[in-house]
Amino acid sequence: MNINITSSSAIQPDIASLSDFSLRKCKPHPEINCERHMNYIQNAASDANQLIKLIANNKDKAAFMELYQMFAPRLRSFMLGKGADEFGADELVQETLLSVWRKGASFDPQKASASTWIFTIARNLRIDRFRSENRPQPDPNDPSLVREPELLADEKIEKQQQADMIRKYIKMLPKDQSEVVHLAFMESLSHQQISDRLQIPLGTVKSRLRLSFSKLKSMMRNMP
Amino acid sequence: MSMHHPRDDLILSYSAGGLGESWSLAIAAHLALCPVCRDDVSLAEEIGGVLLEDAKVDPAHTLDWDEILDRLDDVGSDLPHDKKFSDSMFPHPLRDYIGVGKEQIPWRMIGDGVGQHLIETGDSGQARLLKIPAGTALPEHGHSGRELTLVLSGSYKDGVEKFARGDMGDVDQNSVHRPIAGSEGECITLVVTDSPVKFKTLLPKIAQPFIKI
Repeated sequence: MNINITSSSAIQPDIASLSDFSLRKCKPHPEINCERHMNYIQNAASDANQLIKLIANNKDKAAFMELYQMFAPRLRSFMLGKGADEFGADELVQETLLSVWRKGASFDPQKASASTWIFTIARNLRIDRFRSENRPQPDPNDPSLVREPELLADEKIEKQQQADMIRKYIKMLPKDQSEVVHLAFMESLSHQQISDRLQIPLGTVKSRLRLSFSKLKSMMRNMP
Repeated sequence: MSMHHPRDDLILSYSAGGLGESWSLAIAAHLALCPVCRDDVSLAEEIGGVLLEDAKVDPAHTLDWDEILDRLDDVGSDLPHDKKFSDSMFPHPLRDYIGVGKEQIPWRMIGDGVGQHLIETGDSGQARLLKIPAGTALPEHGHSGRELTLVLSGSYKDGVEKFARGDMGDVDQNSVHRPIAGSEGECITLVVTDSPVKFKTLLPKIAQPFIKI
């Protein structure tokens, strides 16, 4: 049985990237409770944050399938970009989304948007697979961690608003800067690898990366 | 609060996953001590999220829901961990790489009372801890590559700039510098280089192949 998911009220119409997911037909598995799923779709904003919450709290397989359909095709081109073969890419996509299922409870929408959180999981799996190295990161439970004075709630920019601004910003970047940013994020290339790929000096790679990020930072910090 | 930070190309590449393990270790240890840079990394990671959302759609050839749903039942779920850490001069994740407390580090003395402890990582960069006695200068050295220095205790001065706990020196190739440990006590730093350090004075140069600096 097919269910046509049409609710997309939470997604702003001018952001085309994810809104088309909500128009996709969902083919639930026989295990899925369709009625509850329909209620959810009608009553709640059908966005990735909500889906991850349903996965974390209710082990909701319908939510997982929807999230899978949202992200798998994007994650697949992300994995293929690094040189995974077709089979390897599918396997890494599945591993990424199974991690989302497993780690759902540690997702904090105040700290990162859903796609950013999924990006970081995919990035770490990819480093593990292709470089067999660790990627050390700080642990928020470490008492040695130096904490910032708490910001007032309204000083923090909404993650969705932030993502919209970043999207506009990336579109506005000069081509030479957006090129290095894309290679850095989508292929996790080192500075030297970017330099080899584009046949530009190492120093130029660094200065383009710096320029692209310092402008973004000043833009985000000078928000009214 | 840290006053000296790694430059933005490193923050961006750390967030993108493009840094080798030794460089990531230095950045991660700085992040533990610097909320400003943690904020920057969160912002840079949002770029990754946006680029993922906007990535080309590449549908899988076949999608076997039965298999995927079976795997869901197998993987279970992780609860957020409540691992207990003790407070330490070495923030996580550096502590895991050292494995012992400050008192048990097997320092190798490399002259002038300076101790060194190499840290193994999976990339071609070289991470090491250096212990410099109060008021002592490291031999003047130039670089053929980049050098990151994170202060873990004490302080050092490089020219007119002072670096204290949490501060990170980010020095490029072709620069010659001469850090001097502060007079208040010994200075312990984490140093990452991507090529052997070149000392300018004769003696350390002769000793270089043996002391691996």
